[in-house]
Amino acid sequence: MADVIEAGAARDGAPPPAADAARRGALARRAGRATPYLFLAPYLLLFGVFGLLPILLGLWLSVHQWDFQLPNRPFVGLDNYQELFSSDSAVYGDWWQSVRATAIFTVFAVPLLVVVPLGLALLLNRSFPGRTFFRAIYFAPYVLGVAVIGLLWRFLLDANLGLVNRLAGMVGLPADTPWVTDVPWAWVSLVGVTVWWTSGFNAVIYLAGLQDIPQELYEAAKVDGASAWERFRHVTLPGLRPVLLFVITTTVLASANVFGQSFLITQGAPGTETRTVVWFIVEEGLRDNDAGRAAAMSIVFALMLAVVSIANFRLFRYRED
Amino acid sequence: MTTPTRTTRAPAPTSAGAPATGRAPGTALRRTALYATLVALALVFLLPLVWMVITSLKTYTGAQQIPPTWLPDPISGYGYEQILNNAANPVLRWFANSMLAATAHALLVLATASMAAYALARMRFRGRGVLFALIVGTLFIPPTSLIIPNFLIVDELNWIDTLSVVIVPGAASAFGVFFLRQFFLSLPRELEEAAVLDGANQWQIFWKVVLPLSRPALATLAVLSFLTNWNDFLWPIFVLFSPETLTLPPGLGLLQGSYVTDYPVIMAGAVLASVPVLILFVLAQRHIIQGVSRSGLKG
Repeated sequence: MADVIEAGAARDGAPPPAADAARRGALARRAGRATPYLFLAPYLLLFGVFGLLPILLGLWLSVHQWDFQLPNRPFVGLDNYQELFSSDSAVYGDWWQSVRATAIFTVFAVPLLVVVPLGLALLLNRSFPGRTFFRAIYFAPYVLGVAVIGLLWRFLLDANLGLVNRLAGMVGLPADTPWVTDVPWAWVSLVGVTVWWTSGFNAVIYLAGLQDIPQELYEAAKVDGASAWERFRHVTLPGLRPVLLFVITTTVLASANVFGQSFLITQGAPGTETRTVVWFIVEEGLRDNDAGRAAAMSIVFALMLAVVSIANFRLFRYRED
Repeated sequence: MTTPTRTTRAPAPTSAGAPATGRAPGTALRRTALYATLVALALVFLLPLVWMVITSLKTYTGAQQIPPTWLPDPISGYGYEQILNNAANPVLRWFANSMLAATAHALLVLATASMAAYALARMRFRGRGVLFALIVGTLFIPPTSLIIPNFLIVDELNWIDTLSVVIVPGAASAFGVFFLRQFFLSLPRELEEAAVLDGANQWQIFWKVVLPLSRPALATLAVLSFLTNWNDFLWPIFVLFSPETLTLPPGLGLLQGSYVTDYPVIMAGAVLASVPVLILFVLAQRHIIQGVSRSGLKG
């Protein structure tokens, strides 16, 4: 840093002869042309190696039989993909089981993660003393990692020692629900924990959106005699449409990538019923050494998510007309 | 901004941005209902965390009681002693590893993303549009779908089971570049022009004008990067395995394996992993929440 300043100062010091000045000008221009790339270089190095290369490598792997333990990694064309779709292959059952698990989780978690945080945001958008305090409390679980919340809820949901069954017993509900070892309870647990964990995040995004809705619209609606529900239906919801699209899209993606909760809380139980796609992919690639097949799964999975996201965008644009 | 301590006075009716509520008769009743709801929800959000702390202070038998007791009796340091004195599970080492990794990761993100974002926001050069589109495009690829190829790359680099593997790969932050670029675009150009007239070069403008003006954005990105790295679970459990190189999240998994149902020990580990991020959250709460909402809406 100091060198740069001194060099600059020296250059300003004595005006050089004309010919020299011209050459310096050319140098400066060339240096100027390199400057953006110099600023970008450190990031591009990282981005190239860990952002772009994995995409290309993933495509490459997916058309090879890539076993870590074998010296030969022959080209197999689309075999890895075909296996995922032909019911007589060894991987077919487990793969679709994991897709099913992920889909069940996503279908139940997304609506709750869209609606519950909206309720929280509406509550927190009123003006009352302590608003910031409550906002912080509802957001707090989100800053904890999945490892912590996983261990914590595994314990809270323990059928015998857990607080959840204890509280259930106190209010006269069954006190021996197998929250983590049987369906449908395992699903209730996974979705419930996720709602508890991440609702604060979506609520904050909704809050930012609510601030952007002009106050006059509410007052105009009031003057027209609109009830609270009508104001919500005709002012708040339309005003939140872009935010809703964002929340739904990111929540679908996050839910589809669920891994830690089922890995730690239900541990896939019962059987492999709650083993999700991401879990199955890493198991296939890193435990069972079939990186080619795992890469093919990753690509099919990413495409599925892309289709869902595009459908989501379409749906919202259609509804806007 | 309303402060949590000001509970006695009703808020000004013109509070910015909030629908006017409760000026009609029946205000007291509605206010009570509002606070009852708020407190009930706060309990739902906090009770699990409180239970984690309570359990961490119980003895082994204390935590095994059916039904569970509300308070630890006696209050015991058993859980913490176990995790701090067990050579097979060096929790303090994991803590230090996590601290080092998350700090280094956050600094690496800040350095690389801010320089790249500055070039993308303020300089004209060939390939800028394509490059920016590429970077933003990768935001739409689920990172988990790149985990297998990324594993092969770090394996090739001989980084498996070293701290580099949890510091560097994730630092290629497309989000960081995008977020800072948006912020830099919002800075007034006049300041840079004045600096140019004073003979400053691009590096000096970046270092002495742009970065100091961007402290809130840089702090937000630093905190978010630290949190993400501190909490990362999926990647470390596959690329770290020696007891000395683990970070806390995979370490906690190991702890659960060794103390299967010894909940005070497991919860003590969870408390240890939570304390730094909760402190960071309390200190930077406003920035984090604003950063989340800003990055959410504009990104």
